[in-house]
Amino acid sequence: MSGRVMEQEQRSAAARAKTFPGSDSRAYNYFEPKGRRATHYEDVTVDVQPDPERYLLQNWIMSFGDGTPTYSKEWTALKSSDWHLYRAPDQEWERTHYQRQSTICGMIKNVTDNARRAGAPRRFDKAWVKILQDHLGAFKHAEYGLGTALMRAQRYGYTQMVNNAILTNSSYKLRLAQDLTLYLGEIALDIEGFDVDAGKRNWLENPIWQKARELVESARGAEDFLEQYFIVNVLFEPLVGELFRSGFVMQVAATQNDYSSPAVISAAEADYERNLANTVELFATLVRDPAHGEDNRRLLQDWFDKYSPIATQAALDLQPIWSQPQVKSAQFAESYASAINRLQAIVSEIGVFSTQIPMPELQVAEPVE
Amino acid sequence: MTEALTLNKITSQKGISIGEATRLIADLGWTPSYVQDAMAIPTDYKISKPPRDPMKQVLRSYFPMQEEKDNRVYGALDAALRGDMFRNVEPRWIEWMKLFLAIIPFPEISAARAMAPLGQLAPGDHLRTGFTMQMVDEFRHSTIQMNLKKWYMENYIDPAGFDITEKAFGKCAATTIGRQFGEAFLTGDAITASNIYLQVAAETAFTNTLFVAMPSEAARNGDYALPTVFLSVQSDESRHIGNGHSMLMSVLKEPDNHLLLERDIRYSFWQNHMFVDAMIGTIIEYGTKNRDKNKESYAELWHRWIFEDYYRTYMLPLEKYGIKIHHDDVHEAFDSIVKKGYVHKVAQSISAGWWANFWRIEAQTERDFEWFEAKYPGWYDEFGAWWENYEKLSKPGSEIITFADTGYVFPHRCWSSLVPCVVREDFCVDEVDGELFTYASEVDRWTHKEAFAAEYQGRPTPAMGRFSGRRQWEEVYDGWDLADAIVDMGFVRPDGKTLIAQPHMSFEEKDMWTLDHVRGHPIRSPLLALRELKPEARAKHVEDYRKGFKIRRI
Repeated sequence: MSGRVMEQEQRSAAARAKTFPGSDSRAYNYFEPKGRRATHYEDVTVDVQPDPERYLLQNWIMSFGDGTPTYSKEWTALKSSDWHLYRAPDQEWERTHYQRQSTICGMIKNVTDNARRAGAPRRFDKAWVKILQDHLGAFKHAEYGLGTALMRAQRYGYTQMVNNAILTNSSYKLRLAQDLTLYLGEIALDIEGFDVDAGKRNWLENPIWQKARELVESARGAEDFLEQYFIVNVLFEPLVGELFRSGFVMQVAATQNDYSSPAVISAAEADYERNLANTVELFATLVRDPAHGEDNRRLLQDWFDKYSPIATQAALDLQPIWSQPQVKSAQFAESYASAINRLQAIVSEIGVFSTQIPMPELQVAEPVE
Repeated sequence: MTEALTLNKITSQKGISIGEATRLIADLGWTPSYVQDAMAIPTDYKISKPPRDPMKQVLRSYFPMQEEKDNRVYGALDAALRGDMFRNVEPRWIEWMKLFLAIIPFPEISAARAMAPLGQLAPGDHLRTGFTMQMVDEFRHSTIQMNLKKWYMENYIDPAGFDITEKAFGKCAATTIGRQFGEAFLTGDAITASNIYLQVAAETAFTNTLFVAMPSEAARNGDYALPTVFLSVQSDESRHIGNGHSMLMSVLKEPDNHLLLERDIRYSFWQNHMFVDAMIGTIIEYGTKNRDKNKESYAELWHRWIFEDYYRTYMLPLEKYGIKIHHDDVHEAFDSIVKKGYVHKVAQSISAGWWANFWRIEAQTERDFEWFEAKYPGWYDEFGAWWENYEKLSKPGSEIITFADTGYVFPHRCWSSLVPCVVREDFCVDEVDGELFTYASEVDRWTHKEAFAAEYQGRPTPAMGRFSGRRQWEEVYDGWDLADAIVDMGFVRPDGKTLIAQPHMSFEEKDMWTLDHVRGHPIRSPLLALRELKPEARAKHVEDYRKGFKIRRI
């Protein structure tokens, strides 16, 4: 009997069945973890996209027609002494991404189904219905535009960590665009006369949205993929995205008998907190770079100077929307001040500059009857 | 009798139809008027017809579905450990996973990156959701495969090789072929790379052998983890096949594209054959301990999945749109497997350079011989002596089989596929830009000289990719001692002397080869040596090479 056990032990291919050189080497040993031990995110992410500095013995073995290799540092004007140092603070890999996205989808489905089952959309204030139709309807296109800009950007980073952070950001934005589209399409079934196509008309034609559209198109149009990332998360999100989502919809909706729209859009705020953390960490690392930090800071300042006038004007142009609800429970001036403060905090954290961003004089809009 | 009530009937309410949902989502896009979109990866194709979305799925159903699939995968991995899977798994099989799983996460994430140009180049926004799902799918595949590999590393008897996996991927002679496979998804003409090579050939045809046939073999070797992960991966591929076909139909509408399509379908089919059949064929046929004669051989699997399913039902119908299909290539690929021993010769060449690997390869034995002979008549006569020699020379201190007097001729490497030129009679050479190159076959020669060029049949093709870098591993280490090259690659165990690669499956320290056992042999690049020859000597060398060799028993 003992002989059989011995034989089985020798045949086992399980860990620790034998001791020999290398038999206890049970961790990926080819990268430096950021902390004391590699996180699961690091294990499944770091160095999957190789490069000549990290392990491509033969260099890239294909190139584009003009000689540019498969991945190139030239795809952004920002420079890094070591692109491999970056780790996304949200530590997202496939399992956590699906868990989070799926939870959000379930939450939105429950909220929407239950609200509709309770007949809630029919009790929305009429002026509010038009705001949802025209302006939330327009805003979904902004989210879509940002998602597609980021889908392009995720091709061009020099490391897996940069690209995957941008990829998940794109996934969140495109999900939100669809969330809003389907939410509006479903409450439209319950609200007589709700025009699901009005949002796009407003996005394309209403002066309120034109600067926002210009900003989104700037994000889609920037050749430098990190310029795209900067426009999305440093400028659009605080000045337009959060301003509209938190500064308006989430504050105002309840007083219009609408409890479902804030819940649907609230997921985007949590998405942004994660994407913002990833963005700030990346740009702050580049600004702190020992060799290129000052050049990087100047370039980020240039991007800020180029796009912030569009972004601030886009924010100011939204002001009339705050006047449209019957019951006014939020002031544009307060929401805008919060947005500017948020922007201030972001650029300071990155290290672009620390001087005060000017706050323009705001006219108090007249209530719309 | 009244109809029974169900909870669903009580709670259901009218929702938005799938058709309306996809219409509204496809209407999210617009033509920019303030700032034009950034440049996409360039293409020489013209695309004007918006591709249609065949799946009509939206993200709110996609994410929960994927989470559920994940839950099953991770639950199964836990169950495999509770069931003590590694006590009974075949080490021969798991060793080959060190190679396979070093390669595959990079092509997967490359496919995610490839969605960027496809999303930009597809007119309209109908297929954007499909590309979005594929982008996230490929992110899933890459990280779920890295997780699987970590799981093997933590639980399998010999973690060496798994522990250096991504470093090994960048340095190994064999993984070069996988790097070519993955880089080709996202480099060069965007439609060539990301739609024809990736979607139309790799996703549609060859994922069947990669992700369906291989998991079956894993299960036969006591490995239930690989099928769990990879069949879950494969269940995403139908979406990708749909994306590829839809984009292909869009591209087909332009007659100007037909010449490029002919080129790219030819290139993509052949290069997928060269890579996938080399790697997966070898792993399925030589990594298994299961020799059930009722199971299909790789050649039979290939006939079912590639010839019958793909060639006859996908490629052939393209002819009615005016696309020339190279039937002879498909037949030649099949012949190379059935009649010319492509898979067996690749396995032979990988085992000939076992010391340069980061996994173990053990000898094939009597039971294996019997199966091979049954499935591939004549196999023993051609390959039996090689594996008998291999076993004899597997003890440390033996002569290294690469340099033993067996008659084996170390192969040239194909400049296009980077697979060794193992089918000797098909070997050919040509000059490009005044430099001599070696190729595994005529189609490989055509691929480099004609397809990957700035002009194709008189038509400028500025977007087409180029072969670059130090493509031949042997060239990097030309003149190096074996031991120094192994140290340079980092393919040494933590004691600083024992090789990660071993030509056997013994886990006794006394049986393991060290650097001292392999030192004293120089690596020579066959291509550089060939280029040094005078024209007559070169011609003689090529002629001799094409004659092949006969292995002697030692």
